[in-house]
Amino acid sequence: MTNRSVRRTRRTLRLAGAGTAALLALTACSSSGGSSTAASDKSSSTKLSGTLTVFAAASLKESFTALGRQFEKQHPGTRVSFNFAGSDALAASITSGAPADVFAAASPKTMAVVTNGKDAAGSPVTFVRNRLEIATMPGNPGHVSSLKDLTRPGLKVVLCDRSVPCGAAAQKALAAGGLKLTPVSYEQDVKAALNKVELREADAAVVYTTDVKAAGGKVEGVEFPESADAINDYPIAPLKNGQNAAAAKAFIGLVRSAQGQKVLGEAGFLEP
Amino acid sequence: MTSLGKPGAAAGPRTGGPRRRRASARAPLPLLLPGVLALAFLLLPLVALLVRAPWRGLPTQLTSPEVWQALQLSLISATAATAVSLVLGVPLAWLLARTDFPGRRLVRALVTLPLVLPPVVGGVALLLALGRNGVVGQWLDSWFGITLPFTTAGVVVAEAFVAMPFLVISVEGTLRAADPRYEEAATTLGASRFTAFRRVTLPLIAPGIAAGAVLAWARALGEFGATITFAGNFPGRTQTMPLAVYLALQNDPEAAISLSLVLLTVSIAVLAGLRDRWMTPS
Repeated sequence: MTNRSVRRTRRTLRLAGAGTAALLALTACSSSGGSSTAASDKSSSTKLSGTLTVFAAASLKESFTALGRQFEKQHPGTRVSFNFAGSDALAASITSGAPADVFAAASPKTMAVVTNGKDAAGSPVTFVRNRLEIATMPGNPGHVSSLKDLTRPGLKVVLCDRSVPCGAAAQKALAAGGLKLTPVSYEQDVKAALNKVELREADAAVVYTTDVKAAGGKVEGVEFPESADAINDYPIAPLKNGQNAAAAKAFIGLVRSAQGQKVLGEAGFLEP
Repeated sequence: MTSLGKPGAAAGPRTGGPRRRRASARAPLPLLLPGVLALAFLLLPLVALLVRAPWRGLPTQLTSPEVWQALQLSLISATAATAVSLVLGVPLAWLLARTDFPGRRLVRALVTLPLVLPPVVGGVALLLALGRNGVVGQWLDSWFGITLPFTTAGVVVAEAFVAMPFLVISVEGTLRAADPRYEEAATTLGASRFTAFRRVTLPLIAPGIAAGAVLAWARALGEFGATITFAGNFPGRTQTMPLAVYLALQNDPEAAISLSLVLLTVSIAVLAGLRDRWMTPS
């Protein structure tokens, strides 16, 4: 009896172990993001229809979402699906074959990854430019008034990782000011950096002017002169792997039109 | 697609190990085919990782200080998270298995929540609870001057949050399967309930605790979402291996593959140890 129950114990244990191992495998892989909606190909030659998949830099989230809605209104029957993330992550997924129609990057360098991989269906054009700004908590309790203030000890600053355009630009601005800054974290994209200030975990973050504007009253922006040396060009290009070339062309047209530039300008972007 | 079957088919019969009682009976095709396909599906990405690994550049990649920093931090924080899980999780498992209190089933369900919660959501929840401005975190900050985000302690907290349920579930299952009469006999002989737990139950369920600990450790080692959300990403302080892999993937895929190989090796070593010691009957 005892022997038997011990054996049963062992078996239950083994089963439990195997079950948990399976769970482990499931959850371990669920963390990384990157949703991509497969575009359904129903496009006719004259009228636009079907889904348009746009991969765009995280900083474009608000303005492109608004433009996507305008596009759907102008072309009934179309649906614009966005994937907003760090430009580097988007470029990496495009070169790995993600089915996207349009790529809007926050830097020529990340766009070059796509064009060098021969994944663009046309040459990229710069449609806006963006300038860096310091985001602090509302009321600016740390009294940050310059980029140099961020190097003060005791101030928790987050930057974007160097591999992301906003991080590369921040390093450029710091170099221009001859400053050395040790942040508490290198975030994976600009919205993650901004979130840390919105949640009041960090005292300040170096983000784009447009992000400060989009955050509304949740952060306070501080402009700094060194940002003039680190202005990012935003290129946009149609993609070879896309399934809706006509809609891609029309969307890029909308982004570059006066109407599109107005939306982007209101979000704080600079003209190309 | 047809070539997919090959590596799986080759590996299939060997995984049975020494105990093959029903090997003579042929498996029915409707079970065999999907089964082999599943195996191939699970193994193929790992095989691809090995095929595409930059073997020649591997020594230089792996001896770089950044990699060692990340690996060291991963090992230390995963071990610390497992220790936290053991100290707090085993008592919780005992409470769930051996006591009866109102809402016990609900508590049990809540304990398993981090298993199904997307880790990033877990990270945000941790920020709201233990962040500098969090529900509890603001008191930690103002009373003790402790802030967890952006620190190695924060990494341990994030990893323990996702890993502890594995340990609790595993230990609770073992406790339920273990005969409570040994404990009862000990208490009738005059031992206090805690002594009975310490001297009788604990040795009895030691294999289950060890298996749970290994699973929790492996889960903590691979933790990404909660860590990057709660603890941020800074080399040497909060940048663990999975974070290093993710960020390296963006601009240096070869480095990412090398880092992945290290993690894969560690995982296989852990699972092999687990299988030999705790998952096969002696």
